[in-house]
Amino acid sequence: MSIEVMLKEFAEASAHPYRLIKEYKAQGKKVIGVLPYYAPEELVYAAGMVPMGIWGSNSKTISMAKEYCATFYCTIAQLALEMLLDGTLDDLDGIITPTICDTLRPMSQNFRVAMEGKLPCIFLAHPQQRKPAFGLQFTMDQYQHIKTELEKISGSAITDDALRNAIKVYNRSRAARREFVKLAGEHPDVISAVNRSAVLRSAWFMLKDEHTAKLEELNAELKKLPACNWKGKKVLTSGIICDNPKLLQIFDDNQIAIVADDVAHESRPIRVDAAETGDPMMALAQQFADQDYDVLLYDEFSNQNRRADFVVKQIKDSGAQGLVLFMQQFCDPEEMEYPYLKKALDEAGIPHIKLGVDQQMRDFGQASTAIQAFADVL
Amino acid sequence: MAKEVSPGVLALRKVVEDVYADARKAHAEGRLVGWSSSKFPCELAAAFDLDVMYPENQAAGIAANRDGEIMCKAAEDLGFDNDICGYARISLAYAAGKRASRKVDFETGEYVINPNSGKPLKDENGKVVIDPETGKPKKDPKTMQPYTVLDDIYEIEALPEGREKELRKAAIKPYRQMQMPQPDFVLCCNNICNCMTKWYENIARMRNIPLIMIDIPYNNTVDVHDTNVAYVRAQFDHAIHQLEELTGKKFDEKKFEEACANANRTAQAWLRVCDYLQYKPAPYSGFDLFNHMADVVTARGRVAAAEAFELLEKDLAEAVKVGKTTTPFPEQYRVMFEGIPCWPKLPNLFKPLKEHGVNVTAVVYAPAFGFVYNNMDEMVRAYYKAPNSVCIEQGVAWREGICRDNKVDGVLVHYNRSCKPWSGYMAEMQRRFTEDLGVPCAGFDGDQADPRNFNEAQYETRVQGLVEAMEANKAAKEG
Repeated sequence: MSIEVMLKEFAEASAHPYRLIKEYKAQGKKVIGVLPYYAPEELVYAAGMVPMGIWGSNSKTISMAKEYCATFYCTIAQLALEMLLDGTLDDLDGIITPTICDTLRPMSQNFRVAMEGKLPCIFLAHPQQRKPAFGLQFTMDQYQHIKTELEKISGSAITDDALRNAIKVYNRSRAARREFVKLAGEHPDVISAVNRSAVLRSAWFMLKDEHTAKLEELNAELKKLPACNWKGKKVLTSGIICDNPKLLQIFDDNQIAIVADDVAHESRPIRVDAAETGDPMMALAQQFADQDYDVLLYDEFSNQNRRADFVVKQIKDSGAQGLVLFMQQFCDPEEMEYPYLKKALDEAGIPHIKLGVDQQMRDFGQASTAIQAFADVL
Repeated sequence: MAKEVSPGVLALRKVVEDVYADARKAHAEGRLVGWSSSKFPCELAAAFDLDVMYPENQAAGIAANRDGEIMCKAAEDLGFDNDICGYARISLAYAAGKRASRKVDFETGEYVINPNSGKPLKDENGKVVIDPETGKPKKDPKTMQPYTVLDDIYEIEALPEGREKELRKAAIKPYRQMQMPQPDFVLCCNNICNCMTKWYENIARMRNIPLIMIDIPYNNTVDVHDTNVAYVRAQFDHAIHQLEELTGKKFDEKKFEEACANANRTAQAWLRVCDYLQYKPAPYSGFDLFNHMADVVTARGRVAAAEAFELLEKDLAEAVKVGKTTTPFPEQYRVMFEGIPCWPKLPNLFKPLKEHGVNVTAVVYAPAFGFVYNNMDEMVRAYYKAPNSVCIEQGVAWREGICRDNKVDGVLVHYNRSCKPWSGYMAEMQRRFTEDLGVPCAGFDGDQADPRNFNEAQYETRVQGLVEAMEANKAAKEG
């Protein structure tokens, strides 16, 4: 299959998650909505169900969710609720609602109240002290709860073998995505910013083994390509999410390649794998404990500037010339870590730009001007 | 007319003054001073005789002293977005060394008075004195204030010894919250919000100091599950170990038990004081409770705080006996005030309430700070239940409980721009209050610390609307 055809398939999946839900349902599969962040999707997969990422929407408008939310709430969460209320996600068999930020904490209650009697909402509270033994234990306790609730929905027990298999499937998916991010950075002439996003975004909607099979094929084709002599600019993107094709088109129009990312929707959750042997629940807890350098997670070495230093290193390693920060409106964790990210970037002499975004944005004129001006200084 | 201040209230004021004074003294003597989130288990630090300050209380005080905006802006200049919690912004600016200061004329050494400040001058009959030249009211020179400017203690420190350095040091505003010592360590408990986690990490980074963390994940059920208790209990032990390393002292069980006993006694007295709002008419305004919060936050582990609340309780018993109230207007309606008040705008909040005879007889802080427990596991369960860490059913039950007990006619809801977790399921709560209690609710937009987010006109309209709804309700009941 040609690269072009494969990219088209990923773009289709990325653009039409609702079609995928219908297809999976037609196959007799149950589908579980998975909200951000760090939900153990492996458990859903091991239960023989389809995990479906819910990261808001770039086309919907907040209307019914206003009955629950004040105006100063992250649009990703509000649009997730909107889709639950307006019938878009009616085919789901359950949702997992993590609560790692101050918006998701009370939103977990709104989801549960709004969906009462309609859709099972599985609550998840990750620990912030995730590395010590007591933190690992708490993660396992939480995951055990999720496992039990998923079993109620699927009607059968999740065996250790099934979970170990799910971990293998997910490790392979993460590895393929990491490789793709690298290859996309090396071949921006072939993988546009728009296509790069579609490939990564579709992973939230497709069953991982299906996605991985396609992605490994794409990676193999990319590896065969001759080295690219990119004349444009190279950047690293950072933020919660930047999957709006219209916004990304600006990068392509201005010959700006995304050579690496520090994005919650893209690379942050695929940095570490879970052990494929031993107790699989412990393996998942340990994997969460190993997650690091994330604005959403507590850093026990907080008097250092580890996360920003990590991003600076990513920039240097990837050959990026600057950083584009997609600052999600009303996102406290991102906003709180901005001054120290800026400090590290300034000290390293790396230029950056901060673009305020939300999912209700329809006009990207200002962003376009800013990105263009930024490219000129790189 | 100056409001009559009861001995209990005076004692409570002194307790907080002492907490700040003790910390300043400790800092001056080279002893460690920590900064703590308001619902970190203070009992643990007390076991090590540590002096601890509370940035939330400090930020509220700075905002009430009208310096919220200049400090928030200072944080924004450091790169912190203006959507971040106002307390966090004020505290981060302060941690970075920023201070609200009085403008000095370096030649004369005098403060430069802001001509727009001050209150009108009144004559012996209480009438406003008009300036014959301008035809406008004359200002009382005693109430006029210098311009407020932003300064930086680290910039001052770097100055060579001399007149400028001395003048700038002295010009930093003298009220206690602007004179709080910088931290040597931080104690963070995120039961209130997760913003706290990043806020304290930032302080630890700015000052290169240790952070001791108690993580309390959000809870989806009214009960606190044993696995949650085990997780937090283990963190208490971990924190004790870290405090031992920090101080070089062993955990003093006796001091810990003493602090626990005091904290329980304070909490119980606090709850009894809050319960006096059940009387009709109430012997005081619930707004006063917001002021007494400072004691529960900064000193609940001190015996003096327990004693002061017990003294206030006696004052209130006496007031009820003789039918007195400190509410400066006849109580016509009773409401619950939902949320943290807009500290920079307290008089503006109070004004329309007074006009319409609306007394605040219930505030969510009453049950939220009544930590009562008998052992370490119960202590964990108590700290697990902060206003923003509980599920909607618990949140509603708390509020409906005090609404019923304190006989409210309506609910005034502050959609607090600073507090996403608090405002997060408020719309659904409002629906439940109306359905379960049959009382009207009115919401308004504001902020606990940043005056720019409060719209007085909208607030007044909403209060007016609430009063009309309460009136209609009353009329319907009376048939």
